[in-house]
Amino acid sequence: MQFSEAWLRELVNPALDTQALVEQITMAGLEVDSVNPAAADFSGVVVGQVVSVVAHPDADKLRICKVEVGESEPLQIVCGASNVGEGLKIPAALIGAVLPGDFKVKKSKLRGELSFGMLCSEKELGLAADADGLMELAEDAPVGTDIRDYLALNDQIIEVDLTPNRADCLSVEGVAREVALLNDMQFIVPAVEAVAVEHQETLSVKVSAPEACPRYLGRLIKGVNPTAEPPVWMQERLRRSGLRSLGPVVDVTNYVLLEMGQPLHAFDAAKLSGGIEVRMAHADETLNLLNDQEIKANTATLVIADADKALALAGVMGGSESAVSDSTKDIFLGCAFFNPSFMMGKARYYGLHTDSSHRFERGVDAELQIRAIERATRLVIEIAGGSAGVITAAVAEEYLPQRPAVTLREQRIKRILGVALAAAEVEGILQRLGMAVVKDAEGWQVTPPGFRFDIGIEADLIEELGRVFGYNNLPQSSLLMRSALSQAPEAVLEIDQIKDLLVGRDYQEAITYSFVDEELQKMLVPDDTYIKLQNPISSELAVMRTTLWCGLLQAAAYNTKRQHTRVRLFEAGQRFLGTDVAQQEKMLAGIAQGTAIPEQWGEKARKVDFYDVKADVEAICALTGKEVQFIAAKHSALHPGQSAEIKTKDGQSLGSVGMLHPTLEKQLGFDNNVFLFELSQAVLLEKNVPAFNSLSKFPSVRRDLALLLEEQVSFQQVKSCIDDCQEKLIQEVKVFDIYRGQGVEQGYKSIALALIMQDATQTLTDSEIDAIVNRVLDALSNKLSAKLRD
Amino acid sequence: MSATLEEILAQALQELAAANDLQALDQIRVQYLGKKGAFTLQMKQLGKLDPDQRRTAGQSINTVKANFQQTLEQRKSALQQAELDARLASETIDVTLPGRGQSVAGLHPVTLTLRRIAKIFASVGFKVEEGPEIEDDYHNFAALNIPSHHPARAMHDTFYFDAHTLLRTHTSPVQVRAMEKYQPPLKVIAPGRVYRCDSDVTHTPMFHQVEGFLVDENVSFADLKGVVYEFLRAFFEKDIQVRFRPSYFPFTEPSAEVDIECVMCDGNGCRVCSHTGWLEVMGCGMIHPEVFKSVNIDTEEFTGFAFGMGVERLAMLRYGINDLRLFFENDLKFLEQFN
Repeated sequence: MQFSEAWLRELVNPALDTQALVEQITMAGLEVDSVNPAAADFSGVVVGQVVSVVAHPDADKLRICKVEVGESEPLQIVCGASNVGEGLKIPAALIGAVLPGDFKVKKSKLRGELSFGMLCSEKELGLAADADGLMELAEDAPVGTDIRDYLALNDQIIEVDLTPNRADCLSVEGVAREVALLNDMQFIVPAVEAVAVEHQETLSVKVSAPEACPRYLGRLIKGVNPTAEPPVWMQERLRRSGLRSLGPVVDVTNYVLLEMGQPLHAFDAAKLSGGIEVRMAHADETLNLLNDQEIKANTATLVIADADKALALAGVMGGSESAVSDSTKDIFLGCAFFNPSFMMGKARYYGLHTDSSHRFERGVDAELQIRAIERATRLVIEIAGGSAGVITAAVAEEYLPQRPAVTLREQRIKRILGVALAAAEVEGILQRLGMAVVKDAEGWQVTPPGFRFDIGIEADLIEELGRVFGYNNLPQSSLLMRSALSQAPEAVLEIDQIKDLLVGRDYQEAITYSFVDEELQKMLVPDDTYIKLQNPISSELAVMRTTLWCGLLQAAAYNTKRQHTRVRLFEAGQRFLGTDVAQQEKMLAGIAQGTAIPEQWGEKARKVDFYDVKADVEAICALTGKEVQFIAAKHSALHPGQSAEIKTKDGQSLGSVGMLHPTLEKQLGFDNNVFLFELSQAVLLEKNVPAFNSLSKFPSVRRDLALLLEEQVSFQQVKSCIDDCQEKLIQEVKVFDIYRGQGVEQGYKSIALALIMQDATQTLTDSEIDAIVNRVLDALSNKLSAKLRD
Repeated sequence: MSATLEEILAQALQELAAANDLQALDQIRVQYLGKKGAFTLQMKQLGKLDPDQRRTAGQSINTVKANFQQTLEQRKSALQQAELDARLASETIDVTLPGRGQSVAGLHPVTLTLRRIAKIFASVGFKVEEGPEIEDDYHNFAALNIPSHHPARAMHDTFYFDAHTLLRTHTSPVQVRAMEKYQPPLKVIAPGRVYRCDSDVTHTPMFHQVEGFLVDENVSFADLKGVVYEFLRAFFEKDIQVRFRPSYFPFTEPSAEVDIECVMCDGNGCRVCSHTGWLEVMGCGMIHPEVFKSVNIDTEEFTGFAFGMGVERLAMLRYGINDLRLFFENDLKFLEQFN
């Protein structure tokens, strides 16, 4: 909502300058978005009248004009505008004038002809963004008057960003009412005298959907001049509210909408067949709207129709066929109250949003229609002539909004606002808000005025009290609430700890979009079922990710293309396997590419490999105190020979780790191996609460074994085989070397293991140790054909 | 005639002085004090002398020997010191060369901001709750007093999966879910990702919010003002001016927007605050009776407040970041500035 400050001040004029006024209404909840001058700075421009026009002898497009500017002699001014003509009144910039952009008008010679000024367009005066030709002024514009005075340009345009509850301020009168109440001033809505009825002709008005349209007023105005020039003051007020002048009838309906907040619509009476009917649309009924859009209405849509067909989308937009045009003689003015509950969402459904729908959706005062139609009639007749007929009204009282009294309890005010307001203050504020207030035992019975659709419950009244009293005048307390000691569950690891660990291991945290490119999603995990957004912002952000790798791979590629040869990122966030709450899983994923450690002196550069990233994953798992296994497993996004599924001891899948598949590596534009991991937070964050084991006082013993094994036997198999022996004295099994080459047959490898053994009750003897080692060796030999290397 | 004691000593001292390392020194020691050493031989010859001469001669030998030994020790410690000095000199390195090993990365500025917010609220007992990012329209809208077709829905550009399933447009549904799950008193903050179908210089389709709410028997707008005021001062570590401006949210009443004195220009007016001196940082209000009704909390027994803030907005103000889109480009040059 934007409007002229001068217009507002004509209705209510508090002793505040512009800045103070703007601050005041902002702090009352009408947030002022901007304050701009009604016109850019300029001076020295007066109303001029062209008295003669002759062609320029040396230029086809230039004309030499004599312009009367209220001085003793007309001025010679050379002009290039095509619409210049004798008798035309235009803004004339005199020598010494300064136009917007600090453009100084000087005496000049244009192709040999002297020019003593400049004739201006709206654009040159900063009144419009563009213009085709000179600004044409009304015939009665007084020659020689400063154009700033003539157009009353010393004014500000105030733009207010209104919240949806404040429909009552969607008009200059509404804002004036608010300003008056904030300044404790009187504001009496200007009275509108009924226009004298000059003929009895009318159209019938039938409302077939009274619950949606409890009031419809119509009036035939005969013999209007649709090309009459609307007065400057009206055009300027419309312009300052962001509306262009579109002829007298439309300007008047727009003006009344801005002035009172009541939308009206004028039909060309000659285009109507029979009477007006307000009804729900028939199924698939088509309408041609004013904006040349053709819509197919559904049966939940209210339309204004004549005897033949639907003409206008009620409360949203008129139709093109019945619109007022330059050949219109008689108009039928319609002014309705539509119930907001029937209007909500209708315009949006058809992809429309108009000044009219904006107001009807939020609520127009149901008592306003008669005043508005009389005001519009008067203005139409003043500007474009014509004679008014009687008003035809269709009113269904039972569907007009009821304003039941709302109970306001004194104690509740204190409980919500934290301060007890004096009864006189409460009553004063409510009365200034236009409410009827009746005292009762616990407080008051308050009846809101018709224009306050947002007042229906006690809390609404308390909000109004707080707002008018001033939020910043309300008390402020220090936290004095019940407190309970917080919990510190030890069986849950906090993700923050893992994040800190990864940061310490040189992974930078990234945050990537939860929606990703469908192609990338399919490329990485073709078997995952993903869900699509109905209305994505772009095809790159169209489906919900089933793995965090989508975003991390893109972020890594983004950086490698920007001279980062080493990129290590991690992200914690959700993946989405479906729309159910249970299918939104919190994950932790990482990516590593480039050297294992940053390039540095004294260390040979080595590319990061599977075991580096595995160590990072193991470090994360170590925080949980949980034993995990890495099992060779294929993953569509990973190298089949370098990928593992991570499982907990009880078989829960924790996630995956591995090298990006070389095909994907190439497709995504990497020129180095890329390693990835992704873990489920739910499984990961279950932490073992430590349990104490008594310390052994006896020394531990280490025995080293070099085992010859077939190449395909994994370390995990060896480890499991040893674990299966259930030798309780074995405390730890360490790998300290893997050897292939001389002395080891092709197809075999040598794994060097250290067994660490310890007993809690005694020092182990050699024979006890040998017995354990032999049992382990037997098992390894039987199950895995392991041999001791000589 | 063998050399006199003095001559032997003079010779020995000369040799000690000439010795250049500990090994040479030890050889000299053996040469004079060993089983066949010069001083040892002298001692052995004492037996041939009569007792009187033996005592005098013995004393002379002992004096000379002590002299030798003292010089030997001095020489030894001098050589040890020289050796240590030489080693230290040879082991001297350029301590200005960079250290080796893995470097350290950092957290995303959104995480840094979220952690600070959580820490400030945790200090007075607010607990963290989370909720699903794919929500149903009931929790995102209806339960928050935003019925379908309500104009407020138009304020949220919503991503939909189907007519009733959407990406949450705010963290407020967590408020509903928490109140469904727990009984008051409640002190909760709910951080997380939210989504709006909007993308331009000042909007990204995904961003972060922190919702906070408190429900108890006697919570008033005054408590809300106190919490918000103290939080903002703690967050910006500055005694900034804070103002509350009436506003509208369907799920709170009274509702307020909170403005702070512009942290870029100290309220003097600059580009960031559009020359108003004020910055809008969060929305808040008393929880609407309709919201309490939807979770069966008795409004006569309990009242509560809620607030919500944009994390990126706070991070931008805190760290002076001037472009929202940087948060999700994940450019290392940006991210590493917060390490």
